[in-house]
Amino acid sequence: MHAIETHQLTKAFGALTAVHPLDIHVKKGEVFGLLGPNGAGKTTTISMLVTLLSPSGGTAKVNGFDVQTQPDLVRQSIGIVFQDESIDDELTAWENLDMHGRLYGMPWELRKKRIEEVLKLVGLQPRQDDVLKTYSGGMIRRLEIARGLMHHPNVLFLDEPTLGLDPQTRRHIWTYIRKLNRDEGVTVILTTHYMEEADFLCDRIAIMDQGKIVALDTPKKLKERDATLHVASGKIDELYQALSAMNPVRQNGKILIETSQPQRSLKRVLSIAEKRKLALTEIDVKKPTLEDIFVELTGHSIRDEKAGTSDRFKAYNRAMTGRRK
Amino acid sequence: MIQTEAILTLWQREILRFVRNKSRIIGGLGTPLLFLLVLGSGFDRLLNVGGGLSYFQFLAPGVIGMVLLFGGMFSGINVVYDRQFGFLKEILVAPVSRASMVIGRTLGGATTAMFQAAILLVLTLLVGVQLDPVQIVLMVLAMTWIAFGFTAMGLAIAAKLTDFQGFQLIVNFIMMPMFFLSGALYPLDQLPPWLQTATSLNPMTYGVELMRFIALGQSSMDPGLALAIQTAFNALMLWLAAWLFSQKE
Ligand SMILES: Nc1ncnc2c1ncn2[C@@H]1O[C@H](COP(=O)(O)OP(=O)(O)OP(=O)(O)O)[C@@H](O)[C@H]1O
Ligand SMILES: [Mg+2]
Repeated sequence: MHAIETHQLTKAFGALTAVHPLDIHVKKGEVFGLLGPNGAGKTTTISMLVTLLSPSGGTAKVNGFDVQTQPDLVRQSIGIVFQDESIDDELTAWENLDMHGRLYGMPWELRKKRIEEVLKLVGLQPRQDDVLKTYSGGMIRRLEIARGLMHHPNVLFLDEPTLGLDPQTRRHIWTYIRKLNRDEGVTVILTTHYMEEADFLCDRIAIMDQGKIVALDTPKKLKERDATLHVASGKIDELYQALSAMNPVRQNGKILIETSQPQRSLKRVLSIAEKRKLALTEIDVKKPTLEDIFVELTGHSIRDEKAGTSDRFKAYNRAMTGRRK
Repeated sequence: MIQTEAILTLWQREILRFVRNKSRIIGGLGTPLLFLLVLGSGFDRLLNVGGGLSYFQFLAPGVIGMVLLFGGMFSGINVVYDRQFGFLKEILVAPVSRASMVIGRTLGGATTAMFQAAILLVLTLLVGVQLDPVQIVLMVLAMTWIAFGFTAMGLAIAAKLTDFQGFQLIVNFIMMPMFFLSGALYPLDQLPPWLQTATSLNPMTYGVELMRFIALGQSSMDPGLALAIQTAFNALMLWLAAWLFSQKE
């Protein structure tokens, strides 16, 4: 059984198709990343999987339960950190977590233990009795992550979990997510704009653009797509001749060869050079970054957005004027 | 499906928020106090409401009804804040049935509105309405039950309200008419037919009459009937709110 299984899952808002028929299978215990620019449909996909939004078509199963016919069972088995703030800012951190534990049916002793654990994890223990109105945006984010982990869900959804966090906290959270995944086998679905985050955490990454998945593979394989071999030699013209079967390109006194299988190509170049007795002065595999892959696949770069204290102001503004963001 | 722990949790949350928000408590009492003191004193000698009651006495349950209507409705509609600030998602994604959510929230709103009304009740005791302990207990129960219906009604409205744009509309076209077209300010007998129809269709009328019977020992209708209609209204609103919240986009 897969942790998540979708079949032709679709969501349309009027004329706009936010998610085109989507088939994904996330294995149990996997960390699965959804990477995509603003408006790609990441949040919409997650909203359907966590039963907050009805699909316009297709089906989805989470932990073996159908999101449409068994929403209660789905909810029981998942945790989520929403992209937007979702706390009660008139209550304290402790009260927010306690309320969460009670809604998930955790008994008092367990609640107390877990609240202490997760508060310690995100470093908010000293501020646990402060009303959240007095928290910074990053502190609220940390609390929300703590809350999502608190009830030990089987599948944890993280919608841009580290947006707006300082690098140190971000590392800290990454390590914890990894540990949680390794030690307790929690399946994690993560959306992010941060390449290093996807690279560091994810077993597999789906690159999403305009509601469609344009690539799905391990970070390693994704980065191997179209790696470039850089080769140089004292006898560059002869070498260029010898490698002609591999579509070489000359550039700045080097020969560049694009390849989707860098290891094989590397061996091939070496053996050709040896046969022809051509001494190589340089041979190097340049793998593209995820960012490069992303740009190549979607045609635009991913924006590293920073959330800040102004988010709270935006939420307030939205509330007062009724404007959707 | 009814989940006691979840209901208690959401109930307590409302009370915590209420206690932390002194300005909201006081703010909700301003207008009703003005009505009670100004209308009560101003018309006391002019109007004869019958039954040996002063207009001031007659008015007191009506104004308490006003506190319950506004307090309950606002508390229910406040779910829109939760939606805007994202907290509603935290509740909706939890393994809590929509019915439990609505019940917990409604009990919370009913309790807080009852507290506000209780402050007013104490004030009316001070200015001459006389109640024995049994009457006070019955009043508190009735006030809670009445506020329950209004909170559930506020919730049902808020279920389909995504922002505060329609808010003024609700105040002007639902809450104000409900208040003025009830027996809160005037006796129900000898009304022109159109007003009679309007008041009899208005759920608030029955709550006010019930309180009038408890506090003053007299009302223009059978208190059993008033209680029955109030109860039917509460059940209907609760069901409606739970149903509306179980519809998703
Ligand atoms: N409730 C809604 N009504 C109408 N359109 C919507 C709604 N929610 C999302 N959309 C649209 O669906 C598309 C996908 O949005 P979604 O929030 O899933 O993107 P995303 O990948 O999460 O983007 P981001 O990185 O900015 O969070 C966007 O074009 C958005 O405008
Ligand atoms: Mg999103």
